[in-house]
Order: sequence, then structure tokens, then C-alpha cells
Amino acid sequence: MAATTESLVDFDEALEKYDPVLGFEVHVELNTKTKMFSDAPNVFGDEPNTNVTPVCLGLPGVLPVVNKTAVEYSILIGLALNCKIAETCGFARKNYFYPDTPKNFQTSQYEDPIAYDGYLDVELEDGEVFRVEIERAHMEEDAGKLTHMGGSTGRIQGADFSLVDYNRAGVPLVEIVTKPIVGAGKRAPELAKAYVAAVREIVKNLGVSDAKMERGNVRCDANVSLMPKGADKFGTRSETKNVNSLRAVEHAVRFEIERHAGVLEAGQKVVQETRHWHEDTRTTTAGRPKSDADDYRYFPEPDLVPVVTTAEWIEELRARLPEPPAERRKRLKAEWGYSDAEFRDVVNAGLLDAIGETIAAGASAAVARKWWMGEISRLAKNADTDPEGLGVTPATIVELNGLIEAKKINDKIARQVLEFVLAGEGTPAEIVQKRGLAVVNDDSALGAAIEDAMATMPDVVAKIKDGKLQAIGALIGPVMKATRGQADAGRVRELVLEKLGIEG
Amino acid sequence: MTEIIKLSAVELAQKLRAGEVTSVQAVQAHLDRIAAVDGGERGVHAFLHVNAEEALAVAAEVDAIRAAGGAGAEALHPLAGVPIAIKDLIVTVGQPTTAGSKMLEGWMSPYDATVISKIRAAKLPMLGKTNLDEFAMGSSTEHSAYGPTRNPWDLDRIPGGSGGGSAAAVAAFEAPLALGTDTGGSIRQPGAVTGTVGVKPTYGGVSRYGAIAMASSLDQIGPVSRTVLDSAYLHELIGGHDPRDSTSLNEPVPSLVDAARQGLSGDLTGVRVGVIAELQGDGYEAGVQARFNESLEVLRAAGAEIVEVHCPNFKYALGAYYLIMPSEVSSNLAKFDGVRYGKRVIPADGPVTIERVMGATRAAGFGDEVKRRIILGTYALSAGYYDAYYGSAQKVRTLVQRDFDAAFEKADVLVSPTAPTVAFGLGSKTGDPLAMYLNDVATIPANLAGVPGISVPGGLSEGLPVGIQFLAPAREDARLYRVGAALESLLEKGWGGPLISQAPDLASAEKEGVA
Repeated sequence: MAATTESLVDFDEALEKYDPVLGFEVHVELNTKTKMFSDAPNVFGDEPNTNVTPVCLGLPGVLPVVNKTAVEYSILIGLALNCKIAETCGFARKNYFYPDTPKNFQTSQYEDPIAYDGYLDVELEDGEVFRVEIERAHMEEDAGKLTHMGGSTGRIQGADFSLVDYNRAGVPLVEIVTKPIVGAGKRAPELAKAYVAAVREIVKNLGVSDAKMERGNVRCDANVSLMPKGADKFGTRSETKNVNSLRAVEHAVRFEIERHAGVLEAGQKVVQETRHWHEDTRTTTAGRPKSDADDYRYFPEPDLVPVVTTAEWIEELRARLPEPPAERRKRLKAEWGYSDAEFRDVVNAGLLDAIGETIAAGASAAVARKWWMGEISRLAKNADTDPEGLGVTPATIVELNGLIEAKKINDKIARQVLEFVLAGEGTPAEIVQKRGLAVVNDDSALGAAIEDAMATMPDVVAKIKDGKLQAIGALIGPVMKATRGQADAGRVRELVLEKLGIEG
Repeated sequence: MTEIIKLSAVELAQKLRAGEVTSVQAVQAHLDRIAAVDGGERGVHAFLHVNAEEALAVAAEVDAIRAAGGAGAEALHPLAGVPIAIKDLIVTVGQPTTAGSKMLEGWMSPYDATVISKIRAAKLPMLGKTNLDEFAMGSSTEHSAYGPTRNPWDLDRIPGGSGGGSAAAVAAFEAPLALGTDTGGSIRQPGAVTGTVGVKPTYGGVSRYGAIAMASSLDQIGPVSRTVLDSAYLHELIGGHDPRDSTSLNEPVPSLVDAARQGLSGDLTGVRVGVIAELQGDGYEAGVQARFNESLEVLRAAGAEIVEVHCPNFKYALGAYYLIMPSEVSSNLAKFDGVRYGKRVIPADGPVTIERVMGATRAAGFGDEVKRRIILGTYALSAGYYDAYYGSAQKVRTLVQRDFDAAFEKADVLVSPTAPTVAFGLGSKTGDPLAMYLNDVATIPANLAGVPGISVPGGLSEGLPVGIQFLAPAREDARLYRVGAALESLLEKGWGGPLISQAPDLASAEKEGVA
């Protein structure tokens, strides 16, 4: 698609010569009951074109009416991003022809966003805090969803026909726009991920969005440009659209830095354009050329009156703000008793909420951490998804742990049971029952296996008798093998000591 | 049954209540009249769709309720059973809505406009949908994609526009009442040139929900009738806050019927009437000016204090209007692209892409005047031109509003001729858009400022009606009804009856035309 052959420059080399400048537009879909300007339900995943009214279909004669809850949610987001809230603000029409936009204009905010001039302190993995300045957060409506049929690219060009679902048309969005982010250097990709994660965390914490990136509740357009080290004039930027997972944000920024550097090193000019992100190859390809002069013929939306925010209303909303995520983290760390490293790992894995919910469901902090950071994270990695995306419920973890504590299963079996749960075989207890996975608690059966093991390993037995108790481990393996893994390791140890007459 | 169609809406309503006439009879009489005068080569052609079956059914329902008596009959709206015609810009379930455009030929709205819901609730039988300039863009109804409407006073002349169909239907006794929409004079100017009454309410006074938008900040739905009192009743019925229209005023409808009845006494003692110096003289036909001057004398004789007011920025109003209106048009009409409803044209040759389908659809679906305004508005909103055109026009709008504010310090209502000319000949201005636009010079300022206006018959010039326009401050629509009704009653004394009774007999004219 791109005319120039684009060779990449290694990330570290690129950063030796250039400073990256970042900018993000994050779209947050609000989880209001109804849409931004109509009383159609705002529900994800329903049959196409069922959550529609004449208003969100843009039928002749219809008029928009602003959803007050959406305005409140927008103000909450603005306040959480330390923004100023406009005393009055209006809507504008952004005019462009595209079949996912029923009116062929998007009702948005232009000159007077509801929230502006804020900041967000973003914590990086090592605990360093980077302040990202927020330019504005404005209200607008989402477009419908197009599915292009036929053709190889899944794009409108070359498609045989396209299907459109207007269920999403008119869903309330808040677009959060940063000021240019300078000075991130090598940490730019990491900061990109951390920023989007922080925004997601905030809107989730506020309860104003379902904040599921895989559903498009939070979508990120990432702007990247490079300027020679020490320069203060920004380079030409690219805008990678719809980078819709945290890892993808990190990878996209990294790729664009490498690509820009390649273009610049080849003596060419970076083209100001949108880029498409490809998750499979972790690359971007050219979209449409974009210039600052893109003419959307904005003008004030004459069908709506300005939104007026009284100081009283704003204070009422401010009082509704939940504990900010940073303070919440501080509190949780103390409550859960995790070490600095343990807690940071949990935060970086994005598992605070999952662990919190699991603790709330009855697990201890240590058990919750063990499961989420251990087996669930491992399974998620194998499945190339986020741990939360696996669908493990807190109840499952509590139940699994209960079975372990009751010595019905051991850790290893528990991990197998979890996989069966995820495969939809039932609850842990049901699976243990159905598959006959309960550990061998029968001391006589265990005893026979232990005696066999001891008989085949007299040297180990001798060591144990000499007081080297850790040598018991060597016996456990064969015992497990003999019991097909269903032995309780603790009980094996007890029985060995008992048989040898040693006080444990 | 010819008697029935000559009755005003209020007179007909009284006869319905008294049991002298049934609603079915009333509807049938108007359907017969439509059949007699609307069709044919030289028919009035006020209607694009006649809704006979439903109108008769609603009429029968009203008659049944009335016959049953008791609380049901008591609860009927004063206009229940009185038929009405609807400008085809207003969406209706069960009847096609075309907006006078090929773009929407055959389109059926799945929802009712708010005013239609109110009309249904009050049980006014809807006779059908009336002709208009395409998407209400024009001053003559000649820009309708379905052919022009003819002026019942002279079938070779225009009935005004864009609401020529509604005005002509009422003037030709095809309906006692009609709904119009007024963006730059589309209710008042047709009223003037057909000898009928038309009211543009205060912006926000009547819900726009379901009126296909031309220019959202200027559009208003309003009543069309043969008497001021009839319009007052209809205005009260359709007015009021609508949660579906954010720009609708959140306050009760004023007592317009009371104001009209007060005006009918003919006493205007203490009422200050401001004559707008800029809206007369040059550019106004002598006959129009003469009837206007006579009206001022009548008002003075009725006790009104006539004062002169100056609105120096009105001279920029037409120019500002022709930037703001097309700008909004260019955006409002973007939705007509063949993707979801209405006309869809597949390009005859070349690749079938979404852009080309949209382009072919809009090229074939829109008429010249609509395209002209879309192009003008697109240009005015373009980057680099926005400030000079749209931005400047909005400033003029503010200046026009200030002129009104200053004028209303001196006067309770303002007065001017509604249009500078009487009805012109069909085809005489279609080749000259600017000349056509100038016909709205006196009506446009009210739309820019959002203030209400009424046009009432002011006599004849060369055998054709002249309209007198009154304007009032926003939310003071009642003043229009008082002063309008007073002028109407006083002038009718001089004429010996309503002006419309001097209109030629269409039924015989039709026969002569055929012979």
C-alpha cells in the first residue's frame, strides 16, 4: 500500500538519535442505559439493528436530546482527570459522508469541550510517575458498526457489499485527548500502555464505562512523531487508529518509532496519515492521508441548546467521585500485606480488581494472589489473552482453594480442575466428583506406595534417618507416580516420618 | 354541501357540536371539493396525497363519540372532527412523506411528528399531505418535484412558497385548516399571496420533532387558516413543550384564542404599532404599499398608536439568511444518501462504490434549488471561509435581534407588508433565484431573531391578495392574534365579508378551462 519501502530502525538505535513525541485520543464508551441523544437502549451484543429508534437511525425529521446521565458521566471523567469543567458548552456537527454515520455528520463537541486542561499521573512499572497533560475530554456519539463482506482485506475497498449495524450508532462516547507528551524517551511504549491502562482503570473505577477493551469500550488512537534529539520542533506524526489492547498500544508505539526512524534515516519524509494496526504481525500499514486541514465543516449543532453546568451540580458530582486508583492501591497494598514487588507485579498485570473481587468472595490475600499471578496468568499467556479475559470467577477460586484446604485435592490436581472448569465441565466440586480426582487419603493405600518407594531407595531413607528431612522430596515423586498424582504431598511426608519414627 | 366548505374551522366546529353537521359530512365535503378542483391539468394541485379513508374513519369516530354524548363527548377537543391538511414536510404514519422531493418518493415514516400526535389525539381528520417546494426551499412551490401548485385566485400564478400547497388548499376551500412550516416566510408569504392567514410561532413555541429539517435554527411549524381565530385554536393545539425537541420552550402555551377574541372587538386602544421603515417603499409594489398604508389608517382608527421604528440591520438580513440557511441545509440534507431509506441510484457505469452510489443518488434525487443551497452551504462552512461567511452571518443575526429589541422598546407589535409583491406568474422567476429570494425580504428577519409573525389579508391589488404582517417579541404570540384579529374584523367590515369570498369560483373556472 505504501509507496516507499519501509525499513525499520532498531528501537534502541532509533532512540539514540530521536526523541519520540506521543499523543493519545482515547474513546471511552459510557455505560448509560440509553444512547447519547436518543432513548434507544445502550446494550452490547444484541441482534443487529434492534437497539435503534428513529433518532439514532437519523430518519427524516428527528431531533436529538442530550442524555443527562451521559453529561454527568463526562463530568465525572473530567473531574477524575483533574480537568476544569466548562460552565457552558455546546455541541457541534462534524460533517462527513460515511455509511456508519446515519446522519452523515457526527454530533460532537468542537470549540468548547465539557472538560479541559487536566492531567493524569501515570505510574510506570518500576514505580516512576509520569505526568500526562490532558488537553480536553469531550462528549460525542459513536458510529454504527460496518462489516465488509467479500474482498480480502476486510476493508470497504474491494468488498462485495457491506453490512451495517446501528446498535452502536449514538452510543455515548467521551474522547480524552492528551497534549503532546514529550520526554518519555525509551519508555514511550511503556508509558503508552500505562497511560491507556490508567485511563481504563479510572473509567472503570468511576463505573461510567464497562471499560472492556476487547469490546471496544475503550479505544485508543496513538499519535507518534520523532524529532532529532534535543530539537523542540515536533516531527510529522502518524495516527495509528483503533489500537484496542494494552499490549497492542505498547507494540504499536514501538513499531511506529522504529518505522519513523527508518523513514527519516532513509532521508524520506514521514507522511501525515492514519495507520492501521495489525495485531497478527504487530505492524501498521498506511490508511488514509490526514492533514490538519481535514475539512469537517464543523458548525454549532442548531438542534441542541448548550449544556450549562452549575457549580452546585459539579460539587455534587465531585462528592460522588470514588477513591482515586492511586490512593486505592496504597490502601489495598497495606490491607493485603503484599511486598512492594508482589504488589507491583499485581498492578502491572492489571489484576487489582480481580484479586480484590476474589478476596471479597472469601479467599485470603495470599491465595488470591497465588491463583491470579500463577496459574491463571500462565493459562492466559498460553491463550494469548489477558488473565481477566479467561473468565475465571472469584467463586471458582474460592471453591478450588476450599477443596485444597479440605485436602480433597492437591495443588496440581487443582490446576487441572481449573482447566476443566474453563472448558465448561462444571464447578470444581462437580469436576472432582465426575472425574474421580479426589486425592488418595487412604493411609493404607498411601502406606503401600511409600513402602515400595522406601524399598527402592534405601540411600534416601538413610539420609532421612540422618536428619536430612528435605530428602523426603525424593520419595514423593515415586509415590505420586504410583497414585497417579492424587496423593497429598503433606500426608506422604507425615507418613514417611511416622514410619521411620522421626518427630516431624 | 358547498356550504360546509365555506365555513371557518370555528364555525364548522360549532355546527359539529350542535349536531347540524357530522364530521363525516364535513370530511366528505372537503374530499369532494378536492376531487373537483385539485386535479387535472389546471387543477390547484395543493395535495400530493389524499388520505380519504383514514380521514373518514377518524370523522366517524368523532361522530360516534359525539352521538354517545356524556363525558366522552365533553372531553372532545374544540376542533375535533374538523378536517386539516398537512404540509408534506411533516412526517405521518400511514401516509407517505415526500418533502416535495424525488429523494423520498414512496417513503413511509415509521413515526409521527409531535404535532401529528397532537392532531391525532384531538381527532382532527387529516385530509392529506400538501405540496411544497422541495424540502421547503422556495417561494413559489415551483421547486416541488411533483409540479407546482396553482394560486386559486389566478391559476396562472404562484401560491407562494414553500407552503403553497397548504395555503392554496385553505384558499380553495379544500381544507379549513392546514399546517405549514416557516423557515424564511414559508407560511406567511403563501398566506399573503393567497388571501389566507398564516402564523409563524415564536421559535420553540411548537415542537419541530417530525418536521423534516431544512434549517434547524430557523424552522417553525405553524397554522394556516382563513381566519385569525381559527389559527389561534390550531396554534394552541399544536404548541407547547416537547421533551423530544431540545429547542422547544419549556413553558405553557399562551392564551391565543382569548387574544384573538379580544382583537375581534376591533378596539386597539393603547396598542403601539411600529411601522418598520426599512420594510416598505423601494422594492414594494405600489398596490401593496397602498393596501399597507390603508391598513395603518384602519389600525389608527381602532385606537392604535402608530409609531415609526428603524431596523437598520434588516438590509443585511437576506444576505445573512442565505448563508445560515444553506449552511444548515448542507448538513441537514446529508442524510439523504440512498443508504438507509428513500431513493437509491446505482451509477449506470463504472465501479459501484459507496461514494459513487451516494453521489448518483443525490444527483438524481435532488432538484436544482436544493443542490444550489447544499453547494452554497458547503462552501460557506468550509475551512478558510467559515469566519467570513457563516461567522459573519451569525453576527448579523445578533444585530437583527438587537434591532428587534430596540424596536420593541418603542412598539408592542411591528407591522410591514408580508411580501413586496402580489402573486407573480408561474415560471416568471424560476430562472432568476435572486429575484425569487427577494420575495422573502420582509419575512426573513423574524426567523433570524426567532420572533413570531402573522400574515393577515390586507385587501387586493390588481385583483390579487396583499398580506399584512405583524411581528411580536418572542413568547408574545398572543399580541399577533389580538392585533391580527382586530385588523381582520375591521377590514372585513369595509369589504362586506371575508376577502376570500371575493376569490373567483374555481369550480366554474375549471369548467371554462376545459371547454
